[in-house]
Amino acid sequence: MGSHPGEPAAGSGPAVDFTEVQQTEQFRELRKRHRSFVFPMAVFFLLWYFAYVLLADYAHEFMATPVVGNINIGIVLGLLQFVSTFAITMWYVSYANRRLDPIAANLRHELEEAAPEAFIDPSGGKK
Amino acid sequence: MIPLVSAGVRVPLQTAETTTVGSPLLNITIFGLFVAITLVIVLRASRNNKTAADYYAAGRSFTGGQNGTAIAGDYLSAASFLGIVGAIAINGYDGFLYSIGFLVAWLVALLLVAELLRNTGKFTMADVLSFRLKQRPVRIAAAITTLAVCFFYLLAQMAGAGGLVSLLLGIDDRLGQSLVITVVGVLMIMYVLIGGMKGTTWVQIIKACLLIAGAFIMTVWVLVLHDFNLSTLLGAAIETSGNAAITSPGLQYGISATTRLDFLSLALALVLGTAALPHVLMRFYTVPTAKEARRSVVWAIWLIGAFYLFTLVLGYGASALIGSDRILAAPGGVNSAAPLLAYELGGSILLGLISAVAFATILAVVAGLTITAAASFAHDIYASVIRKGKVNPDGEVKVARRTVVVIGLLSILGGIGAQGQNVAFLVALAFAVAASANLPTILYSLFWRKFNTQGAVWSMYGGLGSAILLIALSPVVSGGEKSMIQGADFSVFPLSNPGIVSIPLAFFLGWLGTTLSKTAEDPMKQAEMEVRSLTGVGAEKATDH
Repeated sequence: MGSHPGEPAAGSGPAVDFTEVQQTEQFRELRKRHRSFVFPMAVFFLLWYFAYVLLADYAHEFMATPVVGNINIGIVLGLLQFVSTFAITMWYVSYANRRLDPIAANLRHELEEAAPEAFIDPSGGKK
Repeated sequence: MIPLVSAGVRVPLQTAETTTVGSPLLNITIFGLFVAITLVIVLRASRNNKTAADYYAAGRSFTGGQNGTAIAGDYLSAASFLGIVGAIAINGYDGFLYSIGFLVAWLVALLLVAELLRNTGKFTMADVLSFRLKQRPVRIAAAITTLAVCFFYLLAQMAGAGGLVSLLLGIDDRLGQSLVITVVGVLMIMYVLIGGMKGTTWVQIIKACLLIAGAFIMTVWVLVLHDFNLSTLLGAAIETSGNAAITSPGLQYGISATTRLDFLSLALALVLGTAALPHVLMRFYTVPTAKEARRSVVWAIWLIGAFYLFTLVLGYGASALIGSDRILAAPGGVNSAAPLLAYELGGSILLGLISAVAFATILAVVAGLTITAAASFAHDIYASVIRKGKVNPDGEVKVARRTVVVIGLLSILGGIGAQGQNVAFLVALAFAVAASANLPTILYSLFWRKFNTQGAVWSMYGGLGSAILLIALSPVVSGGEKSMIQGADFSVFPLSNPGIVSIPLAFFLGWLGTTLSKTAEDPMKQAEMEVRSLTGVGAEKATDH
């Protein structure tokens, strides 16, 4: 980006000092909230996924233990992977709506008001 | 998405003369109807294709729901439908393992990539990677990895099309299959040429709805036959197959220590590859905001998750109602489980519908890949590197359109040449290359402040090179029964998937290149990227018409 003609005036001599924005209390809070959710969650689901993969790969007898009828631990754990994926998805969406979006929107408006000329869509939003 | 066919099940394709089920004429008619309807829609959608943002990113005007459905359409290829159902029907639980990897992988996209990418990029993956690093080297590297991933993926889809036809249309000879590959290629060129991203997206949305609806109907049907009880269904599958082991892991990958390690390697590539597939990443630019990008992924996760749950029922359903002997004896082998099940349940009409959907699926996936590759060439290599940004967007779109034709022709030729090749090899390579060449650089540039150009270039070329080299030295290429090159053996590397080595290596090279580099990057750019990625300030807006 930046080297194209007619891009947002971000490339050469931006009207906004982003390093300053980066240091503001509000932005640091946003970054902290984002990372303190997505990093631990990413570590968690990867560990849980690989624990499952290793069990399926190396613990066949354990996975074949019957639970109900013909349903065994392997099937249950596999279905739980679906459940956890859906649950993490919903959890993240609700977290982002409550804790991330308001700050992000606020910062975005402040920046766009402070330097409107820096963020005008080069195409003017249409042709 | 991965045709599991040749991954582990060794089945002689096209065994002797077998009973042809259904009516090829009906299949062709239903498929022709799909092509006609989608072509009309593509033509209607193409009226507003003027600017680069229209052509590459559909004017950024799709909603999260529409884009999420299109993502599902892009992701659920025919191989994923036919392949996973077949793998579960034959190998039982081990087929199920694939679908879990494919689904969980979306959390990487949701949590770490989608929104930040939408906020910082414009059309391609290279936009994001070169944002705060040196334009030329990073853009070239990113474009090369994009083209490499798309190319292997395209070849796999085109080669898969040939195999699918033999099964669905009853065309068995090589000439006939080549003809069908050519027809698929020409249709796809038309879609992408005329419709751009908007037309391509609509084709994918329609296809995703048909595919998921078809799978849903069959799933309910199978469940009705088994009292809506999973245990009963599993019991019936065990009874027909006479093998209780199909409900637990190990049939395919539990054979030896090498196959187990191979599965681990594959699992790594699957879970980390998805969020680095260029044609998936490009879809995030078709929505107006990061919030819509998030909604897209959420929609995609629900649709893809539901679909994979259907395939679990369908796979065991095919195992119970048809049995592995009949599946393996049918033309197309493992791949025929889903069509045979459709025939068993709903006769030639349902078979015709399911076959047409499976075929339409290839068309849609190929179109999505082509536009991604064309955008990457025109935007990253032609406009940014060759012309150094001194090109108007119209000129860039013109180049993109020409590239579409060239890529279309190349993939037709490649598809004809790759007929009968190990299709799983090509798709697994695409996933492994994406995970090794792209993912480390994407994550580092989004989250690691000190990351620099040398780190990016080392990681991308190192990941790409090591993945391809290891595949070349693996039993997939030489030394095995099913290898591409027969009569030679230079398979030094024992695993068929390189992920377990190449992915950590690429992460390591990204770190090493960064630490050893003496040139620091512009801290202003880093700050700008970080602020933009999280707040969406200055992000590309939707174009209104």
